[in-house]
Amino acid sequence: MLISAASTIALAAVLWLTVINTHGWAEVQRSFFDPKIAWASLPTLLLGLWLNVQVLFFAVIGVAIFATLIAVVRTLRGAVFFPLRFLAAAYTDLFRGIPVIIVLYLIGFGIPGLGLFPRLPPEFWGTIALILTYSAYVSEVLRAGMEAVHPSQRLAARSLGLSHAQTLRMIVLPQGVRKVGPALMNDFVSMQKDVGLVSVLGAVDVVRSAGIIESTYANFTPYVVAGLLFVLISWPFIRVADWLSARAQRREQIGGTV
Amino acid sequence: MTDQPVLRITNLHKNFDGVPVLRGIDLDVHQHRVVALIGASGSGKSTLLKSINLLERIDDGQIFLKGEDISDPRVNVDKTRARIGVVFQQFNLFPHLTVLDNVTLASRKVHGVPRDQAEETAVEWLERIGMRDKLRTYPDRLSGGQQQRVAIVRAITSNPELLLLDEITSALDPQLVGEVLDLVSELKTGGSTILMATHEMTFARKVADTVVFLKDGVLIEQGPPEQIFDHPQHPETRDYLSRY
Repeated sequence: MLISAASTIALAAVLWLTVINTHGWAEVQRSFFDPKIAWASLPTLLLGLWLNVQVLFFAVIGVAIFATLIAVVRTLRGAVFFPLRFLAAAYTDLFRGIPVIIVLYLIGFGIPGLGLFPRLPPEFWGTIALILTYSAYVSEVLRAGMEAVHPSQRLAARSLGLSHAQTLRMIVLPQGVRKVGPALMNDFVSMQKDVGLVSVLGAVDVVRSAGIIESTYANFTPYVVAGLLFVLISWPFIRVADWLSARAQRREQIGGTV
Repeated sequence: MTDQPVLRITNLHKNFDGVPVLRGIDLDVHQHRVVALIGASGSGKSTLLKSINLLERIDDGQIFLKGEDISDPRVNVDKTRARIGVVFQQFNLFPHLTVLDNVTLASRKVHGVPRDQAEETAVEWLERIGMRDKLRTYPDRLSGGQQQRVAIVRAITSNPELLLLDEITSALDPQLVGEVLDLVSELKTGGSTILMATHEMTFARKVADTVVFLKDGVLIEQGPPEQIFDHPQHPETRDYLSRY
């Protein structure tokens, strides 16, 4: 305990001294770590962050629904469902391949250009783009979970008279989701950061707000503050994700830790 | 119509990839009767039970449940399965549900019984098997014998017309077999109609009204336990039982 504390302090001191002794430090400190600008920009940044939280909220709901749907379609058996299965597979392949930022541009600037929909704010299309991208990943995680549920569970459910749909909803999905809980949490944490990308569509979120302040004062401090805010909101979830993984691992290892 | 059997099987055939597993089975199970299926592993006992519960598609023959041909492809399989209770060798309890939810799931979701009523019935049963204190427990905290007794209760709370037991003690430690078999005896006393595949010859002799010997998918011999165990008519039956 004492040794680890001492070595941590020593390492921190070395790093700190190394950084502040670089000859550009004074300049960097002024343009990235100005406490006055940090404080002054905080209200605007928090307002922007509120937009990110809203985007995240709706994106999570959207992903939960859409990814489940895709995962279920991909597990359907029978020749009748071939076209559906094919579409779902094509979708997951496509959207796992395209960089998020390109999806954002295509959806955010392309779809409004069709003139099919009334004018909607950029954060709306940003949310749609995030849902499309993340559903591709999450549906694959869910599918892996559902396929890991032992067939005897379906057998038992069907033998009680539960229908195929009931078996899926009450037996296979809940067990599948539990099996992939840690992986799902990681995708969630990852999406939490990517909500900052809606700024490329012009949505005035925390990143965009930081950019506006930066160009006003010619100072990068707002970006640092925005970054800290992201860390602050994602930190609890990162801890929960780690805790879930650790717990899952402990359960797997009951009766043998070699 | 009191003499109508609960289950009547005629000329049942089942193949797996062209290999015959059941070859013309004829069998009746009458109300309040316990029929024990005996025979070596691979003789077709499990396949027969799965076919009755429509978990396997049969290739020929007919299966009647209280006179209704349930092997007809137009029959509603979910409704039919809801009339038949099944207990598996490996228990197959739902690990993400509590004991109480495992037991009440079918009543609530298939038979439309309101939750409080379904739970009342479940609690009564769990009390009878001495597991009143395990209502909120998850299956992985239970012993094999406890799990299997919960699985039996799960299969019977919605009053199935027929109960199928598929080697329900084969996965249990020897000292846990007794508590499960006691519950089956209790069900017989309560009037359940049971078809069970088993390797427990002593138990089959004690509770079964009829013992059926299967070999390689053929029904070799059937009769009351005294006849099958003490005076088997067929050399195959004699040969099989000589190992017990």
